[in-house]
Amino acid sequence: MTTLAQGVEGNSPILNISIFGAFVVITLIVVFRASRNTKTAADYYAAGRSFTGPQNGVAISGDYLSAASFLGIAGAIALNGYDGFLYSIGFLVAWLVALLLVAELLRNTGKYTMGDVLAFRMKQRPVRAAAATSTLVVSFFYLLAQMAGAGGLVALLLGITGAGGQAVVIAAVGIIMIVYVLVGGMKGTTWVQIIKAALLITGALAMTIWVLAQFGFNLSALLGGAVETGAANGGEALLNPGKAYGATETSKLDFISLALALVLGTAGLPHILMRFYTVPTAKEARRSVVWAIWLIGIFYLFTLVLGYGAGALVGPDAIKAAPGGANSAAPLLAQALGGPVLLGFIAAVAFATILAVVAGLTITASASFAHDIYANIIKKGQVDDKNAEVRVARITAVVIGAVAIVGGIVANGQNIAFLVALAFAVAASANLPTILYSLFWKRFNTSGALWSIYGGLAVCVLLIVFSPAVSGKASAMFPDADFAWFPLANPGIVSIPVAFVLGWLGTVIGGKADEKKYAEMEVRALTGAGAEKAVVH
Amino acid sequence: MSTTESQARPPDNADQWTEVQSSAEFVELRRRLRTFVFPMTALFLVWYLLYVLLADYAPEFMSTKLLGNINVGLVLGLLQFVSTFLITTLYVRYANRKLDPLAQKLRESVGEDQG
Repeated sequence: MTTLAQGVEGNSPILNISIFGAFVVITLIVVFRASRNTKTAADYYAAGRSFTGPQNGVAISGDYLSAASFLGIAGAIALNGYDGFLYSIGFLVAWLVALLLVAELLRNTGKYTMGDVLAFRMKQRPVRAAAATSTLVVSFFYLLAQMAGAGGLVALLLGITGAGGQAVVIAAVGIIMIVYVLVGGMKGTTWVQIIKAALLITGALAMTIWVLAQFGFNLSALLGGAVETGAANGGEALLNPGKAYGATETSKLDFISLALALVLGTAGLPHILMRFYTVPTAKEARRSVVWAIWLIGIFYLFTLVLGYGAGALVGPDAIKAAPGGANSAAPLLAQALGGPVLLGFIAAVAFATILAVVAGLTITASASFAHDIYANIIKKGQVDDKNAEVRVARITAVVIGAVAIVGGIVANGQNIAFLVALAFAVAASANLPTILYSLFWKRFNTSGALWSIYGGLAVCVLLIVFSPAVSGKASAMFPDADFAWFPLANPGIVSIPVAFVLGWLGTVIGGKADEKKYAEMEVRALTGAGAEKAVVH
Repeated sequence: MSTTESQARPPDNADQWTEVQSSAEFVELRRRLRTFVFPMTALFLVWYLLYVLLADYAPEFMSTKLLGNINVGLVLGLLQFVSTFLITTLYVRYANRKLDPLAQKLRESVGEDQG
């Protein structure tokens, strides 16, 4: 590989596109094969519940290790050193919430969506509408983050710098993604995640070993290299906490707020929750989380090496100057190590990552619309034709895909790690309190659920709108306007506790809980009696 | 339940669920689950927040070098990884030994046998 790479100078867009094209062709073949067995709603939404725990665990890590995790964290570590590392710790520890409190109980009580669990013992229509609303909002923020990253990547990898050319590529990525979802449903999407996760983790492992080898497998020497190359960018400060967030009391508070959203958001992400329905039993759901925790944890250890490696071997100045800024640290490191071939591989993997994560989000959002809103609210649970629900889901997927393409073109250039952090904040505020209350609190009732979902969602979104991330700062979304009055860029420290309090208050004010329904839910959640079974083909 | 497909599930007799819920075995299963997951959640959240607060408000302490360029902050950060892996492993062992057999038994008593 090295000898081949040395023969070619610089970046080769054609090589990058060829490697990515090969990935698309292979995954499309897999998706078409997987689609043969996709007939019922359980097939389309939950892959017939036929994946094993380890398979689903790999797919979860594929879903979770998004472009923000890979490109964003590596870039944050390269530029901000230690403070970038804190992201990955929050993202990992968060999985314990999913493992201990949510995954198995959710698998036992739900069918396809988060709304199934939240509405289990409540009035169906209002709670499902609320669950679907927050699912769509979280998925939208997350989608924007992924698609926004695609633009910078295109510029870096294909040499397309014009906004029009980038828009065409973003649209192409979106269309391929829609094909995955329409044809393959959850089964096809899961296989795309598995293939992508395997490529991503293997690629990151190879680069990690490569970087470490350059420093004699000595972590301290690697850190020293990053300090030396980054002398003008803080030098020693790269190793210590506080470079990005330590400036003022406000920025310190902002950091705590971010940390809370990261650790409490994961178990409220609808596209992650939906993955637990693709396995046959709660025990397999547990195994899948265990696999995911190991893979994700090991991957984040790789990004620590890759981030400091990029800082040492590429240097902060070159990273900042590259198109895509911080997000280009990992691809530039690949180029510095293995030349165009490794760059082409990593670039293709990064594209595949965006493609796969967007596909996972789209199927989640479309399932929530078709199952919660169409089948259970509009049709009141009486869909005459079983295929109608899946048909609605497919149409929704196309609409969401189109929205993602437009959003990606508009949001092109926004900081992707930040956008993902916002998605986590909404998930931690609107979803997690409601999920925990409905699983563990006997008295929780319909009004409590509505208060915590809508309250958490509204407070979180309002604080974001009036935060310095949206207006009033040069780095804001609208730098020319200034209507910011909330001092923090991350709303979690306010919106998460508020959502918990609102859920409690709504419950106390609201009517009596349905005790028989709670008995059914609790027994089913803890024992797995009556849980949805795998589809036998 | 307003679901859209008919499926095999135990007779929808609401009183049966209430009976199981108040049975001694179910109360024991709930106790076992909660006495593990609640304290463990509190533990890892406190440990995580302690780490975050240290990084935020005690940067000098976190910047203390231990070995070459490796400082306290990096070691504590890596220990967050270790504790996450450890808690995961402990929970799986606990669930396999203490939760699954009891859940299986209760599931059978509801008239269902499923691996």
